Amino acid sequence: MTTPAIPEGVKRCPTRQFALWLAVVGAVLLWGVYAMYLCWYKGLNQTNMNDAYGFALWIWADLAVIALGGGAFFSGFLAYIIGNKEVKHIINYAVIIGFICYSSALLILAIDIGQPLRGWFIFWHANVHSMLTEVAFCLSVYFAVLTIEFLPLIFENPKLDRIPFVHHMAHNLHEVMAVFAATGVFLSFFHQGSLGGVSGVLYGRPFSYRDGLFIWPWTFFLFTWSAAAVGPLFTISVTRLTEAITRKKLVKNSVYQMLAKISGWMLLTYIIAKIIDTWYWATEIAPSMGFAFMDFYSNNPLYGIWILVAEIILGGVVPALILITRKGRENGYLLFTAAILAMIGICLNRWVMVLQVMAVPLLPFQEWFMYSPSWQEVATTILPVAYGIILISLAHRYLLVFPQEKELNPGN
Amino acid sequence: MQKTPEHIKAKRYGMVIDLDKCIGCGDCMVACYAENNIPFKEDESDKMLSTNWIQVYKITNGKPFPETDICYIPKPCMQCAGRHEGHSPCVSVCPATATDYDWPTGIVSQIYTRCFGCRYCMAACPYHARKFNWWDPVWPADMKKYLNPHVSPRMRGVVEKCTFCYHRYQQARDKAYLEDRDELHENEYQTACAVACPTGAIVFGELDNPDHAVHELKQSKYAFRLLEKLNTNPKVYYLSTRKWVHRAGDNYLDGEEPDFGKGPDKKAQQHKESH
Amino acid sequence: MFPFIFEWVWDIDHLVFMGGLWYALTIIGLGLTYCVAKTIIDIKSQEGKGGHDTHH
Repeated sequence: MTTPAIPEGVKRCPTRQFALWLAVVGAVLLWGVYAMYLCWYKGLNQTNMNDAYGFALWIWADLAVIALGGGAFFSGFLAYIIGNKEVKHIINYAVIIGFICYSSALLILAIDIGQPLRGWFIFWHANVHSMLTEVAFCLSVYFAVLTIEFLPLIFENPKLDRIPFVHHMAHNLHEVMAVFAATGVFLSFFHQGSLGGVSGVLYGRPFSYRDGLFIWPWTFFLFTWSAAAVGPLFTISVTRLTEAITRKKLVKNSVYQMLAKISGWMLLTYIIAKIIDTWYWATEIAPSMGFAFMDFYSNNPLYGIWILVAEIILGGVVPALILITRKGRENGYLLFTAAILAMIGICLNRWVMVLQVMAVPLLPFQEWFMYSPSWQEVATTILPVAYGIILISLAHRYLLVFPQEKELNPGN
Repeated sequence: MQKTPEHIKAKRYGMVIDLDKCIGCGDCMVACYAENNIPFKEDESDKMLSTNWIQVYKITNGKPFPETDICYIPKPCMQCAGRHEGHSPCVSVCPATATDYDWPTGIVSQIYTRCFGCRYCMAACPYHARKFNWWDPVWPADMKKYLNPHVSPRMRGVVEKCTFCYHRYQQARDKAYLEDRDELHENEYQTACAVACPTGAIVFGELDNPDHAVHELKQSKYAFRLLEKLNTNPKVYYLSTRKWVHRAGDNYLDGEEPDFGKGPDKKAQQHKESH
Repeated sequence: MFPFIFEWVWDIDHLVFMGGLWYALTIIGLGLTYCVAKTIIDIKSQEGKGGHDTHH
C-alpha cells in the first residue's frame, strides 16, 4: 500500500483545484522572474533609482519583510526560551512565514546589488564597522537557523517519514531545537537592530541620524522592538487569512488572544519610545544640523506631516490601545483591524527610514528628490509574495502545520 | 579603516575653490571626464544619472533684476575626514571595505573590483559625490584609443567617485622615490580640474603644509565648507566674499546667520571651545 | 572574515564582531553534527535489534 503524501486525518482540496490555484499564482511569479532576469541581464538601469536614490523600493521591501517576519524569532523566543505552551500551536506557521520572509529578503538583495556575483565579498572582505555587514551576517545565519527549524516539519510528511534517517533526524532536531531557537533569537536581535542602524548611523542624513548607546543608534533598539511587536501580528493575520481561504479553523482562539495581548503591550511600549525618540530628534538632533522639524515635511508633493501622524498615531497608538484591552482583542473584527493598522504603521516607518531619508534635500539650493519605482522594481517586489503564497500552499497541503487542525475539524 | 602606520608622515590633501573667480565654464568637468575615463551617454540631461566626479551647480540669490547675482559651485568629492579622522560618512558604512580612508594623503579611495554595488555609501554621502554605473561604459568608436592608461575604467554595477586624481599622486611619488626625495613639490601633484581651470579658481595642495597655497587660502575669513554642521569635516574649502553664497552652503534655522567673515578654522575652534 | 584575509586587524572590533559570528556558527554546526550523529546511532541500534518498523 502506498503512503499518501497528504497527512492523515485532515482534508485538502482536490488536486485539480490546487493545480489551478498554483497556476494563477505561478503566472504572477513568472512575471516577477522575468523582471528579475531583466535586472540581472540588463543591469539596474531597469529601475527608476538614480544617484540620489541608491536605496529605494527594494531596500524598503527588505526592511518591511524582515520586520513582519519577526514573528518567527519572537514566537521562537516565547515558545522555546520562555516556555509558553500556547505559542507551540502556531510556531510551525511562524517559522514558515519567517522562512519565506527571510528568503525573500535575500532574493531581493541579490537583485538589488549591482554585481550579484560579488555578493560574497560582504562576508569575505567584511568591514566590521558597517551596519550592513552585521545585517548580512545575521540575516544569512538566521536564515540557516530558520531552515533548520523548518526541516523537522518537512520531515514529518507521511512519505518522507518512512525513510529511517529522515524519521530519526526529525526527532533529534526536535530534541535540540531550543538551542537553535536561542541562537536564532540572538541573531535576530542583532540583525533587526542593525537594519535600524543602517539609516540611524548616517550622520550625513539629518532625517535618519540618531544618537545612541555605544555603537548603536536608538533606531537599532526601536527596530528590534517594533519587529518583535508587529511580527506576531503578521503571523496572526496570515493564519486568519489561511483560515478564511481554507474555510476551517486551524488555531484555537486562545492562541490568538495570548499573542495579541503580548503584541499589544510590546507595541505600546515601542510607540512610547518612538514618540520620545521623535521628540528628541525634532528638538535636538535635527536643529543642531541646521534643520527645523517642518523642513522634513514641507515643500514636496508627498511627504507631509500626515505620514508621521499615520505612522505613530494610526499605525501605533490606536492598534496598541485596541490590543491591550480585553474587549478589543476578543472582537475578531477589531483584532484584525488593529493588526492591519500596526502592520501599515511599521511598513510606513521602514518606508520613511529609507525613502524619505533619500528624498530630503541637504544643500539649501536643491529640490526634494522624488522617486517612483519602475514596473521591474514592482514586479520583483511582488515576486516574493507570489513565491510565499506558493510555499504556504504547498506546506499547508502536504505538512501538518497546525497541530490543532485535527482537533478543531473532527470528522475529516 | 586601517590605522596610520607610525612611520608614515600623514598629509592632508585638499582643495580651495574661489567661487568669486569661477565663471561656470565647465572646463574642470571636461578635464575630469578625459583624465579619469568617465563614461557618458547620449542623453545627459538627468544629472542624477550622469557620472561626473566634479559637478558645477549654478545658484542665484533669488532676487529680481538688477540685484540678481549668480554663483557657480564646482563640487568634487569632499574627501571628508569625518567626525574623527578616517570616519568619513561613506567609508564607515561600506560593508566590503571597498572604500577606504588613505591615511598618508587623507584621500577617500574606491576599489572598483571590490565594490559589489550595494550603494550604501551613496545613501551615506550628503553631497551626492558618489556615482553608480547604471549602464555598461560605452565610448564612441575611436574614443577608446584616447582612454587614460593610468586609470582603470569601471564596470557596470559599481560605485565610483572623485579620487583627487590619485594616480597622479602615485606617479609623483614614483618620481620622487627615484630622485631619492621624501617630499613632493606643490606643482608635482595637481588634480586635472585644478590644472584645467582657466581662472585659477581651483587651488589644490597639502592643507597642513605652509609651503602650499591652500594652507593660507583655507584660513581666509571668507572660507567656508559645504554642510559644515553635519560634521563631515570636508577637505574642500570654498571662498566667497558674498554672504548669500555662504548661506547657500549650509542649512540655518530661522533667525540664524552664517558666521560670515570668520573662516572655518576659527569656527571649528569656537565650536571646540563652546563644548 | 578570516585572519588570513589582508584587511583583518587583531583589534577589539574584529574580535567582538567575528567572535559573535563564529560563536553562532559553531553552535549551529555542533547542533547539526549532534543530530546527524545521533540519527546514525539510532538507526544502527535499531538495525542491531533487527527491527525495521520506523513508526514507533
